[in-house]
Amino acid sequence: MTALSHRKGHALRLNQVSAGTELIFHIILGLFAACCILPFIFVVIISFSAESSIKTIGYSFVPAQWSLEAYRQVFKLGDQLWLSYFNSFFITIVGTVVSVAICVLYAYPLFRKDFKLRGFFTFFSFFTMIFGGGLIPTYIVCKNLLGMSNNYAALIVPMLVNPFNIIIMRTFFQTSVPFDLIEAATIDGSGEYSTLTRVILPIVKPGIATVALLTALAYWNEWFLCLLYITDRHLYPLQYLLMEMQRNAEFISRNSSVMGAASAEAVRNLPNQTMRMAVVVFIVLPIACAYPFFQRYVVAGLTIGSVKG
Amino acid sequence: MLRHQAARRPVMGSAGRKKTLWLLTMVAPGAIWLILIRYLPMFGIVMAFLDYRLPTRKMPFPINLLHSDWVGLDNFQFLFTSDALTMIRNTLGYNIVWIALGLVLAVALAIMMSELTKKFLAKTYQTLMFFPYFLSWVVAAYFLFAFLDPTNGMIVRAQKAAGVTPIDWYNEPKYWPVILTICSMWKNTGYSTVLYLSAITGIDRSQYEAAAVDGATKWQQMLHVTLPHLKPIIIVLLIMNVGKIFNADFGLFWSVPMNSAPLFPVTQVVDTYVYRSYKFTGDVGMSTAAGFLQNLVGFICIMGANAIVRRLDADSSLF
Repeated sequence: MTALSHRKGHALRLNQVSAGTELIFHIILGLFAACCILPFIFVVIISFSAESSIKTIGYSFVPAQWSLEAYRQVFKLGDQLWLSYFNSFFITIVGTVVSVAICVLYAYPLFRKDFKLRGFFTFFSFFTMIFGGGLIPTYIVCKNLLGMSNNYAALIVPMLVNPFNIIIMRTFFQTSVPFDLIEAATIDGSGEYSTLTRVILPIVKPGIATVALLTALAYWNEWFLCLLYITDRHLYPLQYLLMEMQRNAEFISRNSSVMGAASAEAVRNLPNQTMRMAVVVFIVLPIACAYPFFQRYVVAGLTIGSVKG
Repeated sequence: MLRHQAARRPVMGSAGRKKTLWLLTMVAPGAIWLILIRYLPMFGIVMAFLDYRLPTRKMPFPINLLHSDWVGLDNFQFLFTSDALTMIRNTLGYNIVWIALGLVLAVALAIMMSELTKKFLAKTYQTLMFFPYFLSWVVAAYFLFAFLDPTNGMIVRAQKAAGVTPIDWYNEPKYWPVILTICSMWKNTGYSTVLYLSAITGIDRSQYEAAAVDGATKWQQMLHVTLPHLKPIIIVLLIMNVGKIFNADFGLFWSVPMNSAPLFPVTQVVDTYVYRSYKFTGDVGMSTAAGFLQNLVGFICIMGANAIVRRLDADSSLF
């Protein structure tokens, strides 16, 4: 009996790295994984640290005193904060819904072997991945020709289509929809759009989830469009608000010697550092909460998308 | 299958045309977007060769181009300034080092992860490693700031406590090539590790067993079974990265160094250069020229890399 279990235990390690090597792997992987998550935990701790503790021991994983002061101050930001939070959610939701609709509609005919212009439209979207007009011409076309300046369109439209997502979506169609199904639906007299919505979409739900998540994350993390097209504070998304706070703080601290009395006033009104850390927490929190649920979809999507396009 | 369709086509002529039309309406929204936001700006490249005149009420946007003078390659003269050399060196240097380092790191981590017997822990590591990929650089900049802040940063305080003169991180360019490299690896390694790991999981286990029966050690199995299977995906990712060799992650170089001027010699890259030269000098011609060169070089690189790969091993090429 003991001999058997011994042999069994030995068999389990057959063609495995030795226990010692595996331990080293665990240490390396564990350290790297910890490095990936610790900075976020650190910022959360800082946001709950008391100003006095920071003055004496600096930012620390174990502050001398905890406090909710930073969050009280964040709420004092009032309208601007909620407005930015709203903007971020609004841009993310509208952008994702429209973007996914366009993506699915574009990818579906590219998967249809009987679509005559399939090759042309595949190339039409793929080509934009390898060549483009560049930042300035795109900026001038969007701003001067399409009127994207200080409006929500400027924060949504320039990111609506992503050829990479189209490839992911098309691959999902190819791997999960049997072509006979479409022929069967057509013979049953189903129109192209009703075939797509009633027959095909339910099958590719995981693909839609993947593309939707990637798009939503891209919109949530977006601030470059705001840097380019927006000057009106009412339209700032959360990410850009955070960036602007940092810029103001830098500006004042660098010029405080020149500004004299005015700077003392400015410094007093300056959002302090714990408060900015609290805003960081506000931004990351929705992602961190949803992350365990959406991770597997994104992994599935990226794995599929990287398969030869 | 093909013959079957060809035989049917003449009979279903009008139905076929109708089908094509319906499918065209589906492609239309995306195609219109691509024309407006991607293809139209390509004509804007002409601005790289013009002395651009700002649009006015009398001459709105496309019309003003007709009134701008043709200056040939004058806008490309910036290439011969030291600023341009610095930013080209930075862009290429960071990209080359990061492509190589990222590849080795991600493949190594993926192989280690595939060898773990406790699958639950492997899953946990993967989840944690992938997390930074989903955050913006603006947020990541604050993570770094918590360590490097000149007054309260953890590293700075530790240096003070140890009696060492603290380093003024945001004013010392010499540390930033390393800091930026760490940041880039921190954010992007998880992504490529996931890709490589899923490729490894797809390998037929019996190949390893066969190799083991033949007396191959774990190390030999990695060299002769795992790596050959990873080759296609490594090549695809390499081609994509080589195509982007002249592009930099704007967010990383813009927000992580907190826009600190003393750091520009090591943080200025093509993308930030284009943006800054447009923003602060308003020189449309020159910044368009820089962007155009960036795209042109990227295009040539990706075509070149793909052509080379196709010659060596046709199955691995991207297109």
